Amino acid sequence: MAALGGVEGAGTLASLSEKSPALEEFSSGRAKKRRHFRWWRLIVMVLAGIYFLGPLYAGIKFSLEDIQGGFSLRAIESIPSSPGFSAAFALSMRITIVTVVVSALLMIPTAIYVHLRVPRMRRVLDFVTVLPIVIPPIVLIVGVLDASPLWVKSSPYLLSFMYVILAMPFVYRSLDAGLGAVDLKTLTEASRSLGGNWIKTLWRVVLPNLRPALMSALVLTLALALGEFTMASLDLWTTIPVWIYQFQNASNGHVQIAAAMVGLVGAIVLVTIIVSLDRSRSGRRKMSTK
Amino acid sequence: MAPGSEEITLKSNSRIHRVRRFFGPSMALAPFFIFVFLGLGIPTIAVVYKAFQGEHGGFTFSNVHDITQGVYRLGFENSFKLALLSSVIPGVLGVFLAYAILTAKSNVLRRVVLAASGVFANFGGINLTFMFIAALGTTGTLTVWLNAIKLNPWHYGFNLYTFSGVVFVYMYFQIPLMVLVITPALGGLKQSWREAAENLGASSWRYWFHVGVPVLLPSVLGGMLLLFGSAFAAYATAESLTTGIIALSPIQIGNFINGNVISGQTNAGYAIAFGMLVILSVTMIAYGLVRKRASRWLL
Repeated sequence: MAALGGVEGAGTLASLSEKSPALEEFSSGRAKKRRHFRWWRLIVMVLAGIYFLGPLYAGIKFSLEDIQGGFSLRAIESIPSSPGFSAAFALSMRITIVTVVVSALLMIPTAIYVHLRVPRMRRVLDFVTVLPIVIPPIVLIVGVLDASPLWVKSSPYLLSFMYVILAMPFVYRSLDAGLGAVDLKTLTEASRSLGGNWIKTLWRVVLPNLRPALMSALVLTLALALGEFTMASLDLWTTIPVWIYQFQNASNGHVQIAAAMVGLVGAIVLVTIIVSLDRSRSGRRKMSTK
Repeated sequence: MAPGSEEITLKSNSRIHRVRRFFGPSMALAPFFIFVFLGLGIPTIAVVYKAFQGEHGGFTFSNVHDITQGVYRLGFENSFKLALLSSVIPGVLGVFLAYAILTAKSNVLRRVVLAASGVFANFGGINLTFMFIAALGTTGTLTVWLNAIKLNPWHYGFNLYTFSGVVFVYMYFQIPLMVLVITPALGGLKQSWREAAENLGASSWRYWFHVGVPVLLPSVLGGMLLLFGSAFAAYATAESLTTGIIALSPIQIGNFINGNVISGQTNAGYAIAFGMLVILSVTMIAYGLVRKRASRWLL
């Protein structure tokens, strides 16, 4: 899956924070200019298509081939039984689950509390949560390995701890946008005046209204925790990406590529889910303003 | 005891009260800030502290001095070159792609390309490397095809596993990132500005020279700064593609962690990390300033 960690993940930040309402109304210049423009547009689109789809096609084709070059699912089928895969898979799952749970327990109450009670702290949080993009994973891991005592360093959950930090920009931004889209104050006051306690209000009123934001935060965290390579490899834990990198199979070189392509296509599916969630959310907002 | 002591405690009590009223509601944020301090603050402090600490302790500038020469200097120069190439080329191409889809008649095309940009901008890392090896490695699918029409890029100085390959592969997530960043700015170019220019007799070229480019320049520059930071800090893609043989600062930090240190320079890794931190901070501050400038006309 994609390396969402660090600045390589800045795209998500951009896609989450920069939305242009003027986009739909944009049209090209005068009608007679259009014919003139069409040629360079065609060239740009064709080149972009070749550059972006060509390697993708090649990778998928390569993973669906046997050694002789014929069509075969052998490479993909032999991934689970490859040496070391099940251990790497189990480790990645453990780290990912802890990351998601800790991230949810830390970020959801914090974001809700800031919106409801101390809105003046929002600027501070905006700044703090963007810091993991300025301080990249490669710099962070040097300091982490230096400053951690041995018992911390020997635990794989140190990676979970750091992934919560790396995912913070995406998780916080996503929650922040979701909270901004609902009238949280009115909702909670209504719930409280109807006799709901805080836990009930949170569970039955606030969280259901945040479902799209929670979903996109979850998917982003999953993609990050499953695909992160820098910290995992330098902390010497063989997670799935590290396993793919170190994997050598003398008899069939297609297996390594196939594993990478499964991860890549998985990431495409995951991120497509976010994008479509984003669209349905903005669509609903547009409808409610009409 | 002096008679005034009671008054003093009263006063300080009220001060505590005021402090508590101001910070009290924020106390619920303590877990978050403790977490950030442990995961972000302490590692950063450790890097900066170690960057100025000698081999046997004590404050020194020798680490920072060491990284300004020899192989570490080369690492910074290469990283800078790589980041510059991977921000300017994809930056320009990204603007063209964004403009092409914005002026396209088809709404579907625009939607698909923007959604795809959101997907591709998050690629990078191990899987991207192996996809490109399958495509453009010495025996990759596309290499074989291009070879058949006598256009094998490997015969023209291209090597996927060195500098040129890294620049080429980085474009895969850098161009979509630029499209995402620049599309709102391009969408903010008002049709009325163009009409006004045309009514005053300006040609298309003059419109772009006097209106379009000056208005867009801060946004384009901002996008390129973001791409610069992204390329400068990336480790996974470069490491897996080149197996760590080219001198780039992030790869040198990785080698340092893995125990490959030049004798007598045991703390050089921290100094490289510190250097990267300084360069990235400057980049991001510049990004903030440029964005502020860009918002004068757009958005």
